[in-house]
Amino acid sequence: MDMAAPRETQSESPILRLQSVDKLFGDFVAVERVDLDIREGEFFTIVGPSGSGKTTLIRMLVGMDKPSGGDILLRGRRINDVPANKRPTCMVFQSLALFPHKSVGQNIEFPLKIRGVPPAERRERAEQLLRQLHLPLDYHRKPVGQCSGGEQQRVALARALAFDPEILFFDEPLSAIDYRLRKALEKELKDIHRETGKTFVYITHSLEEAMVMSDRIAIMRGGRIVQVGTPDEIYNRPRNRFVSEFMGEVNVIEVERAGERLRDTATGTELVGPHLPEGFRHGFLVVRPETFRFLDGAGGAATPNRLEGTLYNEYSLGSRLQYQVRVGASVFLVEKLREQRYLGQLDDRVTIGWDPAEAMLFEE
Amino acid sequence: MALDTDARSLESELEDSGHARRAQAGGAAARLGAWVKQPGPLLGGPLMLFLALGFVGPLLLVAAFSLIPPKTFDLSGGWTTQNYVDIVTESYWISFAWSFGLAAVTVVCLLAVCYPLAYAMTKVFGRAASLLTLLLVIPLFVSENIRLFGWVLSLVKGGVLPGAADLWLGIDISGLLYTVPAIVLGLVYVYLPFMLFPMVLGLSMVPDRLREAAIDLGASRWQLFREVELPLAMPGILIGCLLTFILALGSLAESKILGGSVVVMIADDIESAFTFAQNWPKGAALSVLLMVLAGGLIFAVLSRLDLDKILGRG
Repeated sequence: MDMAAPRETQSESPILRLQSVDKLFGDFVAVERVDLDIREGEFFTIVGPSGSGKTTLIRMLVGMDKPSGGDILLRGRRINDVPANKRPTCMVFQSLALFPHKSVGQNIEFPLKIRGVPPAERRERAEQLLRQLHLPLDYHRKPVGQCSGGEQQRVALARALAFDPEILFFDEPLSAIDYRLRKALEKELKDIHRETGKTFVYITHSLEEAMVMSDRIAIMRGGRIVQVGTPDEIYNRPRNRFVSEFMGEVNVIEVERAGERLRDTATGTELVGPHLPEGFRHGFLVVRPETFRFLDGAGGAATPNRLEGTLYNEYSLGSRLQYQVRVGASVFLVEKLREQRYLGQLDDRVTIGWDPAEAMLFEE
Repeated sequence: MALDTDARSLESELEDSGHARRAQAGGAAARLGAWVKQPGPLLGGPLMLFLALGFVGPLLLVAAFSLIPPKTFDLSGGWTTQNYVDIVTESYWISFAWSFGLAAVTVVCLLAVCYPLAYAMTKVFGRAASLLTLLLVIPLFVSENIRLFGWVLSLVKGGVLPGAADLWLGIDISGLLYTVPAIVLGLVYVYLPFMLFPMVLGLSMVPDRLREAAIDLGASRWQLFREVELPLAMPGILIGCLLTFILALGSLAESKILGGSVVVMIADDIESAFTFAQNWPKGAALSVLLMVLAGGLIFAVLSRLDLDKILGRG
């Protein structure tokens, strides 16, 4: 992640600035008071579950919808009322939106044709893009309908790059692609980002996808931005329970204050938490599965947080193993590297515990 | 791999049993019997029979009649091309020209009228579009002739339109009826649904996301129309054009009712040959000629336009 650091300091003034942007559909508030600065040349990802307003937000950024309030500034110029076809930005659609009646080459050349670029020059640029995106040159004549899913992704990206936008937006273009191809395309997209040096703004519902590609991530929920930061910041210092849960499977224990300690509201067990914030009364303790340890009699005595339960199931996650431990009515997930696997059997009585410093405490 | 071999041996087994069955049956009659028992021919049979009797039969009969001597009704009397020679030497080309010309003008007018309407019905009106569809369909339940006489009442001297124009605007438009524009009006009016609905279908096949993508990539309204909407809606538009052209080409009532005797269209000639002149062979020859010309034209248009390519399935 050190590699991402110089990129962040590249530019002081943002290429795109959102100031208190709202979008209302009737009484429904889809996007509420969003402030964001997107820096020149960065790969910025907006992540949120479906219905979080991220698609509405990106539609305003490309000019397909107008904000109900607030300002969108491109290099300091207000572009709220500039229609999509007059903006120097473009988007790769979730459905790709390739023109089915045109060949691969005609699709890629479309933005150039619109601008009146002469055919020979268009062709040259299209072939350059085909090479850049690892597509065979004879695809120029191929109907887009005959291309595979991954090839269509590349054609859509090539078409957007042919437009030569100042900012390239992506509306979940990889969501319908199977896992392996998606992983490959994520990396390829990041490579393209490095090669072109353009500003990429990507939206997705998968934080995992965002983590792989992004320089910075904004997490959206209910039309608002919850947290903005580098992947490291988001992972290590999630702002609230929602962000931490969004990161992947976590264990959430509802707790209340008991002096300088915490009490599990479900079982009444006393727990030691991280540093308690001023005025904390009630909240949630989030423990990542990988921070749990199996405590055997002697070694675990020093660990203040202990839960006794039954080993109910074991799942293989490839390089790691995940265990389901049932403690009373609650279910906890414990993850171990394969070489540190638990050597007992299912239905064993086990004690699990964690270091207080490694858990995260949230009031909401 | 094991699965592969199994499949192959199964295939050859099937083939073997097929050979055996064929050998057992033998004979063309038995093969025909087996063919008829397949679901395709079995289910398609009744319709094929109906089409043979109701469509192919009469067509062949017309073709046969066109080749017997003028003003005879006897198919057993020897063949002649006299009817065709008569048609070419007489002035029938004028009727043909009027029919083709008016059909072409009708199609052009319909394109201009229907495209905006179809666009509005698919993209602008939303729910109101279905109401509009209903309003456009309802007149189809009323006989064409009655609707045309309605236009006569509207256009005739002292009728609804000229009367109103005279009364309120003081303009004299009493000469509207029995003119070529009146015929075109009638043709456009009567065949409007046949252009509109295929066009609506064609335009509804253009996904909104493609429009958005084109605009996002910088396309102006006109470029969007040229590059995306028109080519994608083309199958529907073409079907509409062909339908209305063929219908207008064979139309009769519009020129008779709204045109009076200002224009004689080819269908008019065919009708009078069969009825008034009692010259079936000439009527038959005119019909054959019309079908050949129309068929040839459609073939020429369709062979130059690859529907698959338009639809992007090429």
